[in-house]
Amino acid sequence: MKQPEDVINKGLMKDIKYDHKSKKESKWAYMKKNYILYLFLLPAVTLVFIFNYIPMYGVLIAFQDFSVTRGIFGSEWVGLSHFRSFLTSPNFFQIFSNTIKLSVYGLVIGFPVPVLLALMLNQVRRAKIKKNIQLIVYAPHFISTVVIAGMIFIFLSPAGPINALITQTTGDSIAFMSNPDYFRTIFILSGIWQGAGFSSIVYVAALSNADPQLHDAATIDGASLLQRIWHIDVQVLKPVMAVLFILAVGGIMGVGFEKAYLLQTDMNIPASEIIDTYVYKRGLLSGDWSFGAAVGLFNTVIGLILLVIANGVIKKLNGETLY
Amino acid sequence: MSKQTLINNSRFDRMILFLNKILLVLIVLAVTIPIAYVVVGSFLKPNILLNQGISFNPDHWTLDGYRRIFEDGSIVRGFLNSVLYASGFTFIAVSFTVLAGYALSVETLVGGKIITVFFLFAMFFNGGMIPTYLVVRSLGLINTPWAIILPGAVGVWNIILTRTFFKGVPKELKEAAEIDGASDLRIFLSIILPLSKPIIFVIALFAFIGQWNAYFDAMIYLNDRSLYPLQLVLREILVQNEVPPGMIADQLARAEMQRAAEMIKYSSIVVASLPLMVMYPFFQKYFEKGVMVGSLK
Repeated sequence: MKQPEDVINKGLMKDIKYDHKSKKESKWAYMKKNYILYLFLLPAVTLVFIFNYIPMYGVLIAFQDFSVTRGIFGSEWVGLSHFRSFLTSPNFFQIFSNTIKLSVYGLVIGFPVPVLLALMLNQVRRAKIKKNIQLIVYAPHFISTVVIAGMIFIFLSPAGPINALITQTTGDSIAFMSNPDYFRTIFILSGIWQGAGFSSIVYVAALSNADPQLHDAATIDGASLLQRIWHIDVQVLKPVMAVLFILAVGGIMGVGFEKAYLLQTDMNIPASEIIDTYVYKRGLLSGDWSFGAAVGLFNTVIGLILLVIANGVIKKLNGETLY
Repeated sequence: MSKQTLINNSRFDRMILFLNKILLVLIVLAVTIPIAYVVVGSFLKPNILLNQGISFNPDHWTLDGYRRIFEDGSIVRGFLNSVLYASGFTFIAVSFTVLAGYALSVETLVGGKIITVFFLFAMFFNGGMIPTYLVVRSLGLINTPWAIILPGAVGVWNIILTRTFFKGVPKELKEAAEIDGASDLRIFLSIILPLSKPIIFVIALFAFIGQWNAYFDAMIYLNDRSLYPLQLVLREILVQNEVPPGMIADQLARAEMQRAAEMIKYSSIVVASLPLMVMYPFFQKYFEKGVMVGSLK
């Protein structure tokens, strides 16, 4: 009778031999045997290829005078001329600074709100009340951008309720939507109204995972409520905030375009025209394909650079200030 | 620390907690009042709302705004179109994502790494609005529902999420099935799918809501009014101030027309937002789950 070890060894040898035969062949054999997995991948790969990769190639039209009839192969190459004409156009500075201001102000003012809200909710001891408050503050998140814009127009119109209050107290009325000075405030505050509640979910969850014994120990040591919030709760939230902040900075150049477009009126354009709305108007509405693609590419590149910078800054800050 | 400061601290703490309660009440009011105003406004006669503001006198209430909406076809058709687009989008998003996520979760998959990189790259880089539009156009999808349903359906992030989820499924389950002679397809259908109901539900929920509330793709890709989703019809009414003429045709005087149009704004907001407003409390658990896996993994 054979020793069991022999059998095992033989089996192993067989496997090794098979592997040595040809790596390519065994890969093919694997793929043939598991073809179903590749079929599973096919639909997603196809859609991503068509709607993500082909447009990446299509970015080339930013360097052309693209005409639809001649296509990418037949259109004339013009190098960086579209970028040059955008950067030197008289409204470049305004559009660029509108974009940056709208999103940087929005980030600086809007980012801390969900954090504060979560810290406040965390102090609500009764679970049921906490749950109900959360349910209410989530609600605006489920209202569409179009409806939010519609509500803003209704509330801020010269005949709307806000102006009715203002007229009662001062006798005047304010043309909110046709004054560029108010645009950013309206945009950012309505964004907080709509999004802060839902954005607080992550922070609330992070806080509920924090060790309650820390609080007990700190209380016994005589720490006040604010001290405990600062030294325990805020520290728990820091890593989450860092990740979300990096992501937010990376999204700065693409911020709120759909809402900005809806809130645009002829009169508030000096503050409400941002790069993406400009791309849409010049590229799609006026059919200036190449110019639009060039401005869009410019926007994407700035966004990527900001993402990399934010990542670096946060890394450095976290390395230095976290204890 | 002396006893005195301890007491001071706790008194101060109680004050902070009290302030916290007041602030939370104010926040809740700030969220609910605008919504309540629109809902109440939708039932008020327009001249009352304009001249007196909110009133609870039953003589001032009317269903006229809703009647006008439902007598004219625009909103109803938009509603049905939105149901179609959001359902189609959700079906494709969920099925394509789950299939791909499962395949990528198989650790022995030859070429799995390359395909993962293929997906990840598409997450960070894109061609932008104009080149994407040109692709959709050259495929002949303009003015078809496919232009809304296909381009954004496969979310790379969701593929990564499902892949992570499937990797967490105990290996023993799969191995046992393999020993019993089950094929890959069989394993997927009768073991993996039933286990992944929660994540499928979360992806479906977010896909449906996202599509239901979106207007931009439809604005770019559809010019045929009969294809408009609800949000585009709403945009005409609320933002562009163009109430469909059929809704106010019975009013002869211009001022009356404007009043009716104003009322229609309120009631169309309610009709469009009601479905999600009524449904989301039931799915709160899933939203919280979805946001958590989506942001921290």
